[in-house]
Amino acid sequence: MPVYKLNVNSKEYTVDVDAQMPLLWVIRDFVGFKGTKFGCGISQCGACTIHIDGAPARSCSMPVSQATGRNITTIEGATGNVTEAVQKAWIEFQVPQCGYCQSGQIMSAIALLKSNKKPTDQDIDAAMQGNLCRCGTYQRIRQAIHRAAEAI
Amino acid sequence: MSRRKFIQFTGITGAGFIMGLNTGCSNAPVPAKLSDVKIWYEFSPYLHIADNGMITIFNTKPELGQGVWQSIPAMICEDLEVSVESVLIKSTGGQKKYGPLQFSAGSESVKGQYMSLRKLGAATKEMLIKAASQEWKVPESECYAEQGEIIHKPSGKKLNYGALGSAASKLKVPENPTLKDPKDFKILGKAAPKPDIPLKVNGTAKYGIDSETEGMVFAAIEHCPVFGAKLISVDDADAKKMQGVIAVEKCTRIIQKYRSEAVAVIADSYWSAQQARKALKLTWDYQGHETFNSADYEQTLRNLAKKDGVADKPIGDFDKAYKDAPVQLSSFYETSMLSHSPIEPMNCLATWHDKDHLEIWVSTQVPGDIITSFAKEYNIPEDNIKLNVMFNGGAFGRRLYPDHVHETVQLAKSVGRPVKLIWTREDDTKLGPFRPMTFSDMKGGLGEDGKLVAFMHKVISPSIQVADSASFDVSKGDPYMTDGINDQKYEIPNMKNPYVHADLHIPVAAFRAVTSTTLAFAHESFIDECAVKAGQDPMAYRLGLAKKDSDLHKILTKLKEVSKWDEPLPAGKGRGIGQYEFFAGHAGFVVEVSKQDAGIKIEKVHCVIDMGTVVNPDGVKSQIEGAVVMALTAATKKGISFEGGQTKESNFHDSPILRFNEMPPVEVHIIADGGEAIRGAGEPGMPGLAPALCNAIFAATGTRIRKLPFDPKNIG
Repeated sequence: MPVYKLNVNSKEYTVDVDAQMPLLWVIRDFVGFKGTKFGCGISQCGACTIHIDGAPARSCSMPVSQATGRNITTIEGATGNVTEAVQKAWIEFQVPQCGYCQSGQIMSAIALLKSNKKPTDQDIDAAMQGNLCRCGTYQRIRQAIHRAAEAI
Repeated sequence: MSRRKFIQFTGITGAGFIMGLNTGCSNAPVPAKLSDVKIWYEFSPYLHIADNGMITIFNTKPELGQGVWQSIPAMICEDLEVSVESVLIKSTGGQKKYGPLQFSAGSESVKGQYMSLRKLGAATKEMLIKAASQEWKVPESECYAEQGEIIHKPSGKKLNYGALGSAASKLKVPENPTLKDPKDFKILGKAAPKPDIPLKVNGTAKYGIDSETEGMVFAAIEHCPVFGAKLISVDDADAKKMQGVIAVEKCTRIIQKYRSEAVAVIADSYWSAQQARKALKLTWDYQGHETFNSADYEQTLRNLAKKDGVADKPIGDFDKAYKDAPVQLSSFYETSMLSHSPIEPMNCLATWHDKDHLEIWVSTQVPGDIITSFAKEYNIPEDNIKLNVMFNGGAFGRRLYPDHVHETVQLAKSVGRPVKLIWTREDDTKLGPFRPMTFSDMKGGLGEDGKLVAFMHKVISPSIQVADSASFDVSKGDPYMTDGINDQKYEIPNMKNPYVHADLHIPVAAFRAVTSTTLAFAHESFIDECAVKAGQDPMAYRLGLAKKDSDLHKILTKLKEVSKWDEPLPAGKGRGIGQYEFFAGHAGFVVEVSKQDAGIKIEKVHCVIDMGTVVNPDGVKSQIEGAVVMALTAATKKGISFEGGQTKESNFHDSPILRFNEMPPVEVHIIADGGEAIRGAGEPGMPGLAPALCNAIFAATGTRIRKLPFDPKNIG
């Protein structure tokens, strides 16, 4: 099998896996970061959202071969003032219920706030509608994103 | 043996996963470090205090997102005078010593344990006070507890709970400890942060799917897509040649009364197992089920509506009163099957340590049931099963059923290694068990004044209890399938709730709020039809029927106020009411909609929930907000349907759930008048929403919706 060098959370990892293996399973089972979740496998739910070179991406649908040479960030590696503001707002508004989708929700929210300092409700709708939450925490996510934007 | 039992910390780690100290809570007054603990004193199986004052609470309730990581400790911590943030919380794993309440279901967690857990906290505090008073040789009445310490008021002397643990745990447990006056509550009844949330914003919360153990291999599994089929042959020659494949093994899916064979590929990575699964060539005997489809089955249910059925607890004489009523009204309502679809798909990790010692890691609602039923199924002592209960990535009733756990346990035995099985989303969507549909035949007899004098809600549906057990005798009716119908506090002198059973070979199961999720739609929509027929305002009509001292009257009155019901709306807008009282509790809704082209938009959802006593109001609000999203998904998104004996839908693209931009604003009001009558919060947000929405649509557009799901963009 081919060997790939991956930069995950600012560290180099070497993995020996099938070229078609989705980055999700590489991150979870070979690199070892479990915060990124499997939900649907077809980019419908967003539970596997990570950042590739700072932009949100669905790791369940990206073959590992496309991820080499790029900066991969998972929930465990998310840092900086935007991340801190988002996590703090998520706690303030007590957003998560089961929490399973929240790594993906938070990665989408961080990407939104990095590109748009004061998102409107419409901006938030557009950025967040790829992330499903079966517990139904959307109202609190909206409040938390507005609060994080104020704090940054 | 002495009353004091001390346990080295390492001796209890097997009971569940260690949560760690809740470092995410910045206000956590952590009294001591876990690593400093030398000895634990057992005050109860559910409560240990360490020599350094550290407290562990053993939580019998799996955390599904319903907030038991806060509510259960809160009920103990209040009377024990410690903060929730300061305690270590551990899941129990179904062990006998933790008793029969090791499950999360029925909105039971708070209402089932409120007094017993408060008494546990209060009794422990009294033992600590007594031990301190003996140590200081002062009267107990001069001592009090505060933030993990016993304080001698006159002298100001203090002792940490840990220092008193040895002496206190030897004392007799008081049977009727004095409970705090609710006016002195510091925790209960106040919005409080949940200790699991910090773990859920940084990716460190551990779900079943995150479990790992030494030597673990991965399994992907193929079931027959046609329900009720038998496996004839397996050609695994191609699959076994594929990269990373270790074995191909058969196993049995055990769900409710059903047993069916499945074939799993076990490989060194999940991806390899999934690829090889596609190369399996399986032959099935469909047993005649390959022609089953939803359209025919729905027609069967409509035809069955002609049967009388069996009524559970009829009131008065419906048949006569209906015949004699000056105004008669009838309607037929239909709902659909649904998939629970928690975002964490079914998965499990299991290993056999030897031929009769089993260890399991899983997200489950029913640790107690797993221990007892697996001991029986695999013929091993209950004590030989170690169950690690993980955070559930959603459950909603799906994780009451450990079919995937059975499969994993069998596969681990076959290959002699730890196996982690993960179902795909497609497996999860297609295989059920599903929420059954209910069809409702409604009849109402109105008096001259428009009041209901006769009311019938006949339910036609498959039965969850019939699916659960081959020995259930449905010829005597099925109260589960008529749940709540007779609990509505409308004063109607003649009522009946007949049940007509429809046979089905597909697993149907409890879904959040069980049958009330579908029955309330018919029930409360039809009450609205009666109000319209009587020419009365739907709120005034209901208030006129509601018993004056009932919770129903209280909820309606509050809804009227918070929704500004009496303020007129412009043309093209409308409000609707829906409420339902059932085993889990009682909530009511007013939904406001506006006409938008051929469809409608939901402008606002008002909810009033009656809790009696509330532990965490913010937690209750989040449960209702979430239930609204789930109920709207059930009402307006495509449910589950069948063709060729198989489920047609497969994933979130064709079995969608409500998305971010589709959630209307939700406002929740809690009635908590105090007292011991405590009601649940997890499920009551489901039933009343759909009828409130459909009644609002009628008010805005004149269109009466009698079949769920419907398309809100095109209401016809």
